[in-house]
Amino acid sequence: MVKNKNISVVLGVIGADVHAVGNRILHHALGEAGFEVINIGVMASQEEFINAAIETNANVIVVSSLYGHGEIDCRGLKEKTVEAGLDNVKLYVGGNLVVGKQDWKETEKKFINMGFDRAYPPGTMPQDVIDDINKDFMIAQE
Amino acid sequence: MSLALLIDFGSTYTKVSVVDLDQETIVATARARTTVEKNIMEGLLQAKDKAEQQLGCQPEYKYKLACSSAAGGLRIVAVGLVKDLTVEAAKQAALGAGARVLGVYAHELSIQEINEIESAKPEIVLLAGGTDGGNKDVILHNARMMAESIVKPTIIVAGNKVVAEEAKQILTKAGKEALITENVLPELEKLNVIPARRLIRQVFLETIIAAKGLKRAEAFIERILMPTPAAVLNAAQLLSTGCEGEQGLGDLVVVDIGGATTDVHSLAEGLPTRSGVSYRGLPQPFAKRTVEGDLGMRVSATSLLETINQKEFEKLTNVHIDRVKKYINDVHNNYSLLPQDEEELKIETAMATYCAGMAVERHVGTLEVVWTPFGASYVQHGKDLTETPYVIGTGGVIVEHSQPKEILQSTLFNEEDPTLLKPRKPEFLLDESYIMASMGLLAEVEPEKSLRIMKKYIVSIQELGVRSQNSQ
Repeated sequence: MVKNKNISVVLGVIGADVHAVGNRILHHALGEAGFEVINIGVMASQEEFINAAIETNANVIVVSSLYGHGEIDCRGLKEKTVEAGLDNVKLYVGGNLVVGKQDWKETEKKFINMGFDRAYPPGTMPQDVIDDINKDFMIAQE
Repeated sequence: MSLALLIDFGSTYTKVSVVDLDQETIVATARARTTVEKNIMEGLLQAKDKAEQQLGCQPEYKYKLACSSAAGGLRIVAVGLVKDLTVEAAKQAALGAGARVLGVYAHELSIQEINEIESAKPEIVLLAGGTDGGNKDVILHNARMMAESIVKPTIIVAGNKVVAEEAKQILTKAGKEALITENVLPELEKLNVIPARRLIRQVFLETIIAAKGLKRAEAFIERILMPTPAAVLNAAQLLSTGCEGEQGLGDLVVVDIGGATTDVHSLAEGLPTRSGVSYRGLPQPFAKRTVEGDLGMRVSATSLLETINQKEFEKLTNVHIDRVKKYINDVHNNYSLLPQDEEELKIETAMATYCAGMAVERHVGTLEVVWTPFGASYVQHGKDLTETPYVIGTGGVIVEHSQPKEILQSTLFNEEDPTLLKPRKPEFLLDESYIMASMGLLAEVEPEKSLRIMKKYIVSIQELGVRSQNSQ
């Protein structure tokens, strides 16, 4: 548990999205798992994610989107992290990323191509995200 | 009577205009071939003599000011980090300074790219990358690559302020001329191109003019102030925003169809005009210039032919495509050729129409439809110019054309392609006496007079139509 304290996670809900419940749950779960959580809350812009990550020297940015605008809201985020010197920060995204029932594999591919390291379908449990952070940073630290 | 002599050293012609500053009128205009290979003064004196014949005297001038696009214009390479961010910001800074942008480069420069830059022979390399406090590695890498290369231009560092000095040191230690200015993109949502533009202009004045053999002209005129495209942008800005004591026209678009390029200048914020549209991407500069190097009437005539749909062109002109190709090749080989008959005039008109239409199409922003649970939603990239009230035509072909309106029609919004945010119902104005570059110069010393003269001489095409009917 103690080692997780070295990992800080910027968490927020992107765009004009006001879904706060999942955000609270994730905040709680990630905090319990021992990560340093910087929660910028709902209706967060790309710049707010980036600025928070710069200020807190974050390792991971976790973007939530539940209202179906995920694709348009997330576009260009990777490019901005590069410009801001955050190339090494991992980008995760999850929620109801696209409208309606679309093939998840396609959606996942879309977000990976946009520069995200991991994308999660609806119904993902917080533990999956925690496991992935541990996995990504065990590898990165070795 | 106090007079100003305003000179534009173009790539083909040296144009002079004489302004009566008391009456605020243009009293003479003339042009002669630019003679930059031998002695730039020859062409200038010829043009000046012609103008003074019109005046009937050889007066003293209160101001003698010039701009220049002779000897290849101001050649710049822009380097940044991410294509849509600092690369675009650096490109905007260079274009706004009136430069010809020879190339733009993103991320770490490769050896091959350095070779490209070396052979492009720019006069300035604008080195950006990283927001302030952002990425440091790439701009330093690029400075090192530049330091090891044989490139000779002045390198202007306009990137992450944290490492700007370090980048400069790397370059100066290697014997390169390097200068620092503010970051073109200090924050992700904040474009800051004015300081870089200013420094580019200063470098142009101090070093480039001498290198181009234009120094000789400086003994006669007071100063060569700026590259010609910068003068046009300067005039457009003054005409749009006005100055103390004289109101401007507000938002406007200038279309400048030249032999080698078609330039479009927009003076407008260009924010979404419809509700439910959200803006995405780099903020747009209020005074924005774009240059289309493949759209031109002479030097670029053959590349224009490659760009256009030949079938459509044939239909538009009603002239057989072989005839079109022949004419375009002829004018490409001999720049001073003018249309000789009805068919050639039709071709010339259609060429200009295409140049104007496509250049504006590439300049304006676009709308993208995004489907959401609540229906269609729109995202705008670039400037929305649909409500822009004025479109001004300038450049030789349009100024001398009998039906300039026909050419400018192509700049209008098209219902069939509603995602292109071109002006819907602008009033068409014509730079009838071809004075915009000169007025951009005069604006430096007498902005109020310059603005009033422009308002007088840049006329509505509707009124122009009435006038020619009256005179018939």
